[in-house]
Amino acid sequence: MQYFCGIDIGAATAKLVIIDEHGNTVGKSISRSGVDYAKAADKNLADALAAAKLSRADIVHAFSTGYGRDNVPWSDGRPTEIACHGRGAWHHVRRKMTLIDIGAQDSKFIHLDDQGHRTNFKMNRKCAAGTGSFLEEIALRLALPVEELNGLAERSTKEVTLGSFCTVFSATEILAKIRAGEKVEDIVKGAFRSVVKRVMEMGLPDGALVMTGGVAAHNPYLVTLIGESFKQPVLVPPDPQHIGAFGAALFALDKIKSGETPCS
Amino acid sequence: MMKAVMGKYYTELTTGPAQGKKTAWCTSVGPAELLRALGYNVYFPENHGAMLGATRMAPDLIPLANARGFSPDICSYLTSDIGSYLKGESPFQKMKLPGPPKADILVFNTNQCRDVKDWFQFYAREWNVPCIGIHTPRSLGELDGPVIEDVARQTEALVPEFERVAGQKLDPEKLRAVMALSRQCTELWKAVLEAAAAVPTPITFFDGTIQMGPAVVLRGSQDAVDYYKVLLAELKQCIANGVAAVDGEKFRIYWDGMPVWGKLRDLATQFQALKAAVVASTYCNSWIFDDLDPADPFKSMARAYCRLFICRSEDRKEKYMEEMVAKYKVNGILYHDAKTCPNNSNNRYQMPQRLEQKLRIPYLVIHGDLNDLRLYSEEQARTNIEAFIEQLAERAAHR
Ligand code: SF4
Repeated sequence: MQYFCGIDIGAATAKLVIIDEHGNTVGKSISRSGVDYAKAADKNLADALAAAKLSRADIVHAFSTGYGRDNVPWSDGRPTEIACHGRGAWHHVRRKMTLIDIGAQDSKFIHLDDQGHRTNFKMNRKCAAGTGSFLEEIALRLALPVEELNGLAERSTKEVTLGSFCTVFSATEILAKIRAGEKVEDIVKGAFRSVVKRVMEMGLPDGALVMTGGVAAHNPYLVTLIGESFKQPVLVPPDPQHIGAFGAALFALDKIKSGETPCS
Repeated sequence: MMKAVMGKYYTELTTGPAQGKKTAWCTSVGPAELLRALGYNVYFPENHGAMLGATRMAPDLIPLANARGFSPDICSYLTSDIGSYLKGESPFQKMKLPGPPKADILVFNTNQCRDVKDWFQFYAREWNVPCIGIHTPRSLGELDGPVIEDVARQTEALVPEFERVAGQKLDPEKLRAVMALSRQCTELWKAVLEAAAAVPTPITFFDGTIQMGPAVVLRGSQDAVDYYKVLLAELKQCIANGVAAVDGEKFRIYWDGMPVWGKLRDLATQFQALKAAVVASTYCNSWIFDDLDPADPFKSMARAYCRLFICRSEDRKEKYMEEMVAKYKVNGILYHDAKTCPNNSNNRYQMPQRLEQKLRIPYLVIHGDLNDLRLYSEEQARTNIEAFIEQLAERAAHR
């Protein structure tokens, strides 16, 4: 059996996936990206190999993607995260789709046609609005662990509106809400709603609506809100946070199959 | 040769005042022919703005203007130029020349934006010199009689003040001669840009932003005409020999909007590596004035300076871009949304979506600015451009 590896070094976390020649995930890992991307890549590879009970020699090809894609010494292909997210999602959802990926520092809106070919994409990385960093900042302001946000938002019975685009202004708004005696869960839901609004401004879904990324992986309630807002069900593929790494691994596998990759 | 031509221009400009020559500041698409015919040295602050951007001096200078009440959201040519004046630092000094010459008169045309007038009025207050110009209506559809007549009349009405400051009368013969040279320059510059219709192209947008220098600051002079004759001959030779500006050219891109002056080299290198040639742009084409006619100076100037892409209505712009896509065999359009220049950012009223639908042409919007690099994310632009070319490659592979 041959194995292929994909690593996605994002702004906050590095994700790695090992697949077999049929495209099945056999090992995965995640760690903070840190400041030494090459080191993070090595650690992730070692972790995933151990989980899959494989050795480095079993990996035929490894592709890297994400911000740190050029910093992985052993990578032999570097497609963008846009391409990898699309490729990973297409593996699971084989129809025309709009993929919304919310990462730590950017959100992506990717349109694929019914053949899986990208027709359009948009990335929002101008500021933290509508990204994971925004939620992290809110958690910090409310002195809450990020993991608790989802449960809290779910419990909310009242909508509190955060009106600003700006993360810093939203944080100030939150102080005002606290002073006004609003409940924490309602404020958190307001923050979720703010992310949803930023995402809705990015474009219109066309075809199936698919969500990936760390925010979708850890906040199912946010996924529900997105579905409600776009008035259509949201599909979340397995391992949504690893979808970019998975896509990169699939590209590595494609390389063997066709001898060609996009932009190789 | 470029260095020599531009060097001569800058030297004349900066030594002019000592020799009793008058200096007129003029907006890039202002009535330069008229000023030149009256013997002025014509200085274009936007060219200085671009230099401040290209040398990356702008990000240090803009805050000086911001601190004095010029918003970071307005034209960053304006803010970097005023910052440069306040600090007394200019790229001119790198050429061992004193800074830009003081104006005896400031002449604007609002065909491109309001900012140019606000910019010039700052200096008018500083130096107590006249600031006059043409108020061209914007968002023009059909270039009909009344608008052209009005702009022509406005232009003519400037003459007495131009004459007073110049200390000489306008010689109609001289004006016709300057107009003829300007027209020739425009024709040659157009031919230079059209060389990029060849596959592969011998010249890219990035070359164009440098090569356009004489067309901007020396139109109406023999030097510009001579320069483009040589350049055009070289390009024709390149085409004949199949010389490509981008080795192994695979994709042809249209660049809409302003250049990101401080990142031209990086962007050129990235496109080169991706085998993508940026073959045409709205920007470089803005200095083509087909209408100029020595036989009818004022009306033809009015027509030429109203026909500009930047002061036309959305439907006209769309039609123009459609023609460009066909003429230059473009595979994808990149729109640069420059934060501080809404006038040159054409993605803001749904143009990308309309053209995508109509021509099935993919597009990409990158966010940045002409001069203010605080508004530009290198990483974001790099990834977006790479992903865009990936998309074009995939599309080409499945056609
Ligand atoms: S058109 Fe744009 S860049 Fe040019 S002067 Fe006006 S605002 Fe500035």
